[in-house]
Amino acid sequence: MGRSMQSDQITTDFPAVFPLRGHRTHEVCGPGAAGFAAACFAAVEGPVLWAVEDWRQDGLNPVALSEFRDPGQLLTARCKTQTDVLAVAEEGLRDGALGLVVAEISQPIGLTEGRRLQLAATAGKTPGLLIVPEGMGSNAAETRWRCAPYFDRQDSTLLRWSLIKNKKGTLVDWVVRWDVASRRIIVVSKVRE
Amino acid sequence: MSRRVVSLWFPRFASDRALRLRPVEGAFALTLSEGNADRLYCANAVAAGQGLAPGMTVTDARALQPGLQTRPADPRGDAGFLRALARWAGRYCPWVGLEGRDGLVLDVTGAAHLFGGEAQMLDDMRLRLSRAGLTVQLGLAGSRGGAWALARFGQGIAGPGEALRRIGPLPIAALRLEPQTCIALERLGLRSVSDLHRLPRATVTRRFGPGPLLRLDQALGEVPEAIAPLPDPPVYSTRLTLPDPIGLTGDVMAGTARLLDQLCARLKARETGARLLRLTLRRVDMGHQQVELRLASPMRDPARILPLFERGVAEVEAGFGIDQMRLEAVQVEDLPVQQLSHAQAGQGAGRLEDLMTRIGNRIGLENIHRFLPADSHIPERSFLVAPAAWSDPGGSFVALRPRPLRLFPPEPIGGAGRKPPRSFRWRAMSLTTERAAGPERIAPEWWLQEDAWRSGLRDYWKVDTRQGRRLWLYHTPQAPGWFVQGEFA
Repeated sequence: MGRSMQSDQITTDFPAVFPLRGHRTHEVCGPGAAGFAAACFAAVEGPVLWAVEDWRQDGLNPVALSEFRDPGQLLTARCKTQTDVLAVAEEGLRDGALGLVVAEISQPIGLTEGRRLQLAATAGKTPGLLIVPEGMGSNAAETRWRCAPYFDRQDSTLLRWSLIKNKKGTLVDWVVRWDVASRRIIVVSKVRE
Repeated sequence: MSRRVVSLWFPRFASDRALRLRPVEGAFALTLSEGNADRLYCANAVAAGQGLAPGMTVTDARALQPGLQTRPADPRGDAGFLRALARWAGRYCPWVGLEGRDGLVLDVTGAAHLFGGEAQMLDDMRLRLSRAGLTVQLGLAGSRGGAWALARFGQGIAGPGEALRRIGPLPIAALRLEPQTCIALERLGLRSVSDLHRLPRATVTRRFGPGPLLRLDQALGEVPEAIAPLPDPPVYSTRLTLPDPIGLTGDVMAGTARLLDQLCARLKARETGARLLRLTLRRVDMGHQQVELRLASPMRDPARILPLFERGVAEVEAGFGIDQMRLEAVQVEDLPVQQLSHAQAGQGAGRLEDLMTRIGNRIGLENIHRFLPADSHIPERSFLVAPAAWSDPGGSFVALRPRPLRLFPPEPIGGAGRKPPRSFRWRAMSLTTERAAGPERIAPEWWLQEDAWRSGLRDYWKVDTRQGRRLWLYHTPQAPGWFVQGEFA
């Protein structure tokens, strides 16, 4: 891709993209998406709404979530259809009383839906995060991440977070891990592709 | 005008009610379990005639009467039925009170002539109640105690001034005394009320305290006794009738605002808050449209409730116009007045509840959950999922050992032996175990029935695969098999 030829000035630093930029919607996919959302949950203040479709079996485990932040601050909304999930997310983003809105969707969404969420996030000054299946994001998203656990012989907590869409910078891969003691993400190394 | 009181006593109240709902032939009784025994609670006339009495154990009763049919008693339902009867008795006089759990007391002073006289009024009551399937005994006297005594021991009417003549021959038990006092009086040879009345008062008081003479005076009407009528339930509804029909959303909202102000003033006066509000809009063509609003917490602040109605009102089909609006608080909860601190008084107060209400009106308020900690070492029982509108966040979660962020119902994988398999297939993926941490043995909670834990002990392993996925596997040594139950972030 020739990205290695770009100068350091326009290369994106981790603190510039994480914690997620407020007033915007972001997307995350991959097997580590829930961990990414949990890290975002820990990075914001105020209550957080997590909207899912009610047929989903893979529920969150608040005991594990407590290593990120107090799960008492999390509200989950179980919706019948994806349309309801999006509507609930829009309502939550527009209201402004929340610190973050997470929505898990299973079907691809169009530009209209993505743009509506983006406008709601701007109106409510709240960041939004969509957990999307691989390759099903919308173009309206500010950033899109692919997250997966990363196998390493020494460390069993490493995660690989790849920025695969970024409206304000370049695409970078990081290997990170969650530090339970300080409750924040620590960048272990930067992986260039 | 002298006071006139009617006492109604339903000697077989509970069984009459049960038989009204589902009649049976022959001996019948209701049972209530007390301590370790099922005892008769109320028996019908046939059973009572065969010697069955309340308080007898059911086994004794069956030995006496093998054909006895029984049903469990429902004292709460009986209490509700008695209140319904009290409302019905309002047709005779406005002053109706409850007497114990199977009687009513009516102050009919100045009301009897409306029914053609006292005897005719009692006949009317008896006729209507027997038609409804209730056995009733009636007494009418100049005092509550006198009417009580007549209803239970003599029936009939004690006219003004003849209280002693009618009540005197009745047994001592007609005075509403404690059973021990009754027995003690009877041991002294005092069989009837007039025997007690004939004794010098000072000696009775010295021997038994003021109780018996107070009851005697109340029965004879010399000491007044109040009848407490049932309070009217509070009305939480307001109505607005319009001279000309309206159809614009803004107009309907303005009308709703006016109704809401009145309703919230009523809610505030009684220190209650609405949980479920219903706005009924009547159209010119007599059609009705309803807007229901379920609130995430009890509320009585019109400024906060009104915007929540916007979504529902916008969906109303006005047709040729709306000419009557009715707002009702269908569910009401206590909401005591609270002192606000300066931090709470700002803008942020209640915003989350309002958001939950708006979301709840779309997906159902019971579908918004929050997590509460629970005391269990079983992974899927170590937390509770509670509806957020009816619970408060509380307690803290403790992860003593690594726990997966995602938990799902166990999915079987191929594998044998006590160690995690070197390679396995899960969700159509071939995975290779690179590192395994464990086992962590978790035993089922034998005091709870849980189908998923029928297979006995579980040895949990945290398995890091070469492909990256970190899974939570378990092995069931008592019924060999391997399962995936969760995935680490």
